[in-house]
Amino acid sequence: MAIKAKHQRLVLLAIALVVLIGAALLAAWALRNQASYFYVPSEIVADPPSPDRAVRLGGMVEKGSLRTEPDGVTIAFAVEDGNARVPVVFKGIVPSLFVEGSGVVAEGKMATNGTFVADNLLAKHDENYVPREMQNMTDAQARKVVAETK
Amino acid sequence: MIAELGLAALWLAAALAALQLVSGVLGLTERGSVLGGVVRPVAVVQGVLALVAFCCLIYVFAVTDLSVKLVALNSHSMKPLVFKIAGAWGNHEGSMLLWVTVMGMAGAFVALVERRLPEPTMLATLAGQAFVSLGFYAFLLISSNPFERLSPVPAEGNGLNPLLQDLGLAFHPPTLYLGYVGLSIAFSFAIGALVTREVGPAFARAMRPWVLGAWIFLTIGITAGSYWAYYELGWGGWWFWDPVENASLMPWLAATALLHSASVLASRNALRAWTVMLGVVAFSMSMIGTFLVRSGILTSVHAFAVDPERGTFILGLLAINIGGALTLFALRASTVTEGERFALVSREGALVFNNVMLSAILGIVLFGTLYPLLAEAMGAKVSVGPPYFNPMSALFAIPMLIVLAVGPLLRWRRDKLARVGKALIIPVMLVVAAGIALVAIGGVPLLPFLGLALAVGLAWASVLPLRDRNLRRTPLPVWGMVFAHFGIAVALFGMSCESAFNVEKLVAVRVGDVTEVGPWGVKLDTIEPVAGPNWTALEARLLVRYGPDGKVTRMLPQSRSFWAPPQQTSESALLTRWNGQLYAVLGGEAEDGRWQLRLWWKPFVPLIWIGGLLIAFGGLLALIGRVASDVRRLIAKDKIAYRHERKAQLGLRP
Repeated sequence: MAIKAKHQRLVLLAIALVVLIGAALLAAWALRNQASYFYVPSEIVADPPSPDRAVRLGGMVEKGSLRTEPDGVTIAFAVEDGNARVPVVFKGIVPSLFVEGSGVVAEGKMATNGTFVADNLLAKHDENYVPREMQNMTDAQARKVVAETK
Repeated sequence: MIAELGLAALWLAAALAALQLVSGVLGLTERGSVLGGVVRPVAVVQGVLALVAFCCLIYVFAVTDLSVKLVALNSHSMKPLVFKIAGAWGNHEGSMLLWVTVMGMAGAFVALVERRLPEPTMLATLAGQAFVSLGFYAFLLISSNPFERLSPVPAEGNGLNPLLQDLGLAFHPPTLYLGYVGLSIAFSFAIGALVTREVGPAFARAMRPWVLGAWIFLTIGITAGSYWAYYELGWGGWWFWDPVENASLMPWLAATALLHSASVLASRNALRAWTVMLGVVAFSMSMIGTFLVRSGILTSVHAFAVDPERGTFILGLLAINIGGALTLFALRASTVTEGERFALVSREGALVFNNVMLSAILGIVLFGTLYPLLAEAMGAKVSVGPPYFNPMSALFAIPMLIVLAVGPLLRWRRDKLARVGKALIIPVMLVVAAGIALVAIGGVPLLPFLGLALAVGLAWASVLPLRDRNLRRTPLPVWGMVFAHFGIAVALFGMSCESAFNVEKLVAVRVGDVTEVGPWGVKLDTIEPVAGPNWTALEARLLVRYGPDGKVTRMLPQSRSFWAPPQQTSESALLTRWNGQLYAVLGGEAEDGRWQLRLWWKPFVPLIWIGGLLIAFGGLLALIGRVASDVRRLIAKDKIAYRHERKAQLGLRP
């Protein structure tokens, strides 16, 4: 265990660096696999992500698509961006500002049958808290949709 | 009038910070040494002025002076007084004013009481504190003036986000800020010690109580924030890896590492450069957190306003402060001589391991928090959540927790594992027994499995440092360590239980229906409208019973509608037993007249926050012990000086 005086600092430094670089590499690898990507309906229809991958889907809740299943807690609706629509099911208590024609970001996975199974919904809460992707979407893709639906 | 007074106090405080910086720097030179004398008084007055400005802001909020723009935008005359006051820091400008107030007060406190270090080091430290403060004063006065007037005066204010209208807001941000900004003291001490080449045990001993104080507040703030999010958001979770949560976790990780490395430096004169580096890193993490939150570049419930100008300003401050400190470190690192040596198996070795693991977790969290920004720069929109953070941080936390059980038993400098092996037999057996029990229960996922088994062993191992000690003579810092480490075991147990044994139920029921969740029977008794000071609500009366013959208890979850600003929130209802919590949320009414109820039975979940408080309590014991022994030493020194003086006087007598 006796380490030479001169070398101890270097050894400690080397160990610390190896661990930290290892952590960084591991983090980079995990992030590539675990980050959840944001899609709009036309992207998800064109190129569906694999069913085991957590993704987020953002768009407008299609008018007339919202209905509640007989169990009273599962809802089904469609998210659209003007070009494509994706059916979504969600089991849970919906955010209070979640209504047809409003913007929504759904977190969940794409099932093999083409339905998006959401485990969380983010609605536009108020002026101060808009999901970040929604801001861009209302500008770029959703303006047309909003104009049509209002 | 009061608003103008506040603004004037703020300008004056900024000017004094400039004076403190200049006289601190000049005081270090031979020709300017006379200026050194003003630094401490100026620091004190600067802190007091910042406090005056903050009190002015609280006043205009308390009386709802709508001619002040900030009040009009964020408050409302119909709000209860406590939320009017708490609303003063529930917005961007107010929270930044709280930031500089805490920073000024912390500097004033140091200037008032800290006398253990050589005066030049103190001058450099206070100059460093003034330099950082100055940047934030500039930020407030130039781009975020909290006292700006509004003309014409509106008839009514916009109100405060209902989620923030909770007693948690009165308590959580100030506590967190005391911790966050208290770390600026560690930063300034590191700068002071680097500038005057005084990195040594004395520096660590002087810095330690300040870091400990900030760390205690940070621990309480994070614990309180977690509990607040748990009951207020109504999502049933206690930690979401939200960027803002990460922003408070990162300084905590760095400060925890700093505490441990400072204790190595103080008692063993090793890890000099590393400790200074951590002092810089800890407060840098506070500033990065502020940047992430206040610039609005990340989506979060905490992000108040999206203003690119402010983001750029904070980024600039960040670059100057962190860049400057790191440059100073790089220039002076070679002059920091190597400290004492130690064997790998030793108390120092274990603490180095703890430090490296904490730094790795810090890196993991920082990387995961910034990744969405990096990805967005490359054109992809991503978010990073628990699937990344949980396993990645556990990967480094688990080895750290194992070493945590062993490290406090080791001797300084050099030790043998065989010596402490005997003491660890029981904890190891506990871990194995817990593991077998969990396998028997079955269905426990890997991470909670490891967490529960480790927590049981760690709980036992954490009190082992008290063995063979006379408990009455055991120093307070040792008690503190035992409490804090035991608190980690308790919190770990709660976290693991929460993810392993959580029972969740989502149902739609009619009034009168009974449903079950875990061991509980829940009956929806009535739904009735109720009214509060600035909201109306639908309140469900739930009659709940634990087991078939338990006592019937009432729970009252609400679905609230606020009218300023118009927004709905759900107020969850909690019922705590010794072995867990029942959590109920009222949802909406379905078309057929059924009501949605979301229920959770969370065994042992309160242990998470009890553990957090135990950790903070351990810190408090250590702080009291350190301060008491410093005061004793100071008194002893005074006595000796007094005796010398008496002797000298007696000697002078003919």
